[in-house]
Amino acid sequence: MPALRCDGQSVPVEAGESLLEALLKAGVPLPHSCRAGACQSCLVKVTAGEPPAGSQVGLRPALAQQGFVLGCLARPEHDLEISTDAAAAASIRGTIVGVTPLSRDVVLVSISPSEPLSYRAGQFLTVLRDDGLARSYSIASLPGSPYLDFHVRVLPGGRMSQWFASAPVGSDVALRGPNGECFYDPAAVDMPLVLAGTGTGLAPLWAVLHDALRHGHRGPIDLLHGARDPEGLYLVDALEAVAGTHPNVSYSPCVLTGSVERTTVGALDDVVFGRYSNLAGHQVFLCGDPTLVQKMKRRAFLAGARLADIHADAFVTAPKPGVAS
Amino acid sequence: MALFDELGGAAAVDKAVDIFYRRMLADDRVARFFEGVDMDKQAAKQKAFLTMVMGGPHNYTGKDMRTGHAGLVSKGLNDTHVDVVIEHLGAVLKELGATDAQIGQVAALANSVRNDVLSR
Repeated sequence: MPALRCDGQSVPVEAGESLLEALLKAGVPLPHSCRAGACQSCLVKVTAGEPPAGSQVGLRPALAQQGFVLGCLARPEHDLEISTDAAAAASIRGTIVGVTPLSRDVVLVSISPSEPLSYRAGQFLTVLRDDGLARSYSIASLPGSPYLDFHVRVLPGGRMSQWFASAPVGSDVALRGPNGECFYDPAAVDMPLVLAGTGTGLAPLWAVLHDALRHGHRGPIDLLHGARDPEGLYLVDALEAVAGTHPNVSYSPCVLTGSVERTTVGALDDVVFGRYSNLAGHQVFLCGDPTLVQKMKRRAFLAGARLADIHADAFVTAPKPGVAS
Repeated sequence: MALFDELGGAAAVDKAVDIFYRRMLADDRVARFFEGVDMDKQAAKQKAFLTMVMGGPHNYTGKDMRTGHAGLVSKGLNDTHVDVVIEHLGAVLKELGATDAQIGQVAALANSVRNDVLSR
């Protein structure tokens, strides 16, 4: 059995167990959220020993080189010493400066970072509260903006989202990241872009749309936003205004039920692929509900888009307390 | 000249991966074996496979082929599915301009791992 020491204390670890599981069992309150290597909130630093195989997947090279590993992916096979203090060095601080409703259940959360953060429009950050609660959100603002904007769906029983909904303006959080592959490539300036997402999957698409326009994108840009009903749509007026002032931009709000003016009724994937039977030569951005994103990714590929031209970050919702812990 | 270079090397593999993978997903005879897989990881595996059967530098081993396909064998993967793979392989290479003789050599390399793939 490998010997594990965390911040100088010995922690029992069983064969095949992840660092995160071992630490939580031992009562070490390591922040965590997705448990699948996406949110990177359970980052720890290896101070002695080798990073376990596969424990640095998706980490930025600078973090990997410093010996950071993801607790949920690290399954120690050899003796290991880790530090959780050092993980704070991989974060920056931020102050919540505004919480504004965008729709029935989505709020715009604006956070002022304590130092400039380098990111691509459409990537995501992990927000960590000081009690260790962590959630990942796509950045809806553009690099250079004074604030980082996030679209947060307020979920019943959602610990982080309910806290945001209580408008904790002035509170400090830690920010880790950015990560994610869903961003605009200026080399694609003449290619047609298809941006499709459901719910708060609009956040990265909004960022990619504006980033593309800022880069003087010349090809057509088609944004399709799906929601269950018209009340689930948001930023409708703003997107119609963008489409109205840019001849190469079109915007299609889609709902499953409850037709209103200028809204398409139908499942988002059916609307997208009803419109595009051939996606060869297109850049496709897919965000939101993971099942739908996987389905659309497959359909986009079958419709001729190159795999390298399909940018998809499926949202991961935190497991319900008690289910996967 | 080695087969891999004749076929266009790494650049040809990059072109072949998307075409090959798309044909497999669109073919009802084999599509079910790709349900629920991570498409980017799958594409990386297919790239390794295509590099090997096109005679390129690889470190693919029989053991990889066995462990990688064991779960599929229990779901019914058999010789007919390997035949489908080789059929698509030929069609992709033809699309990329390979000769029948070259396609024959690639098929022979693919056939050399048939028993590993099918856990025999």
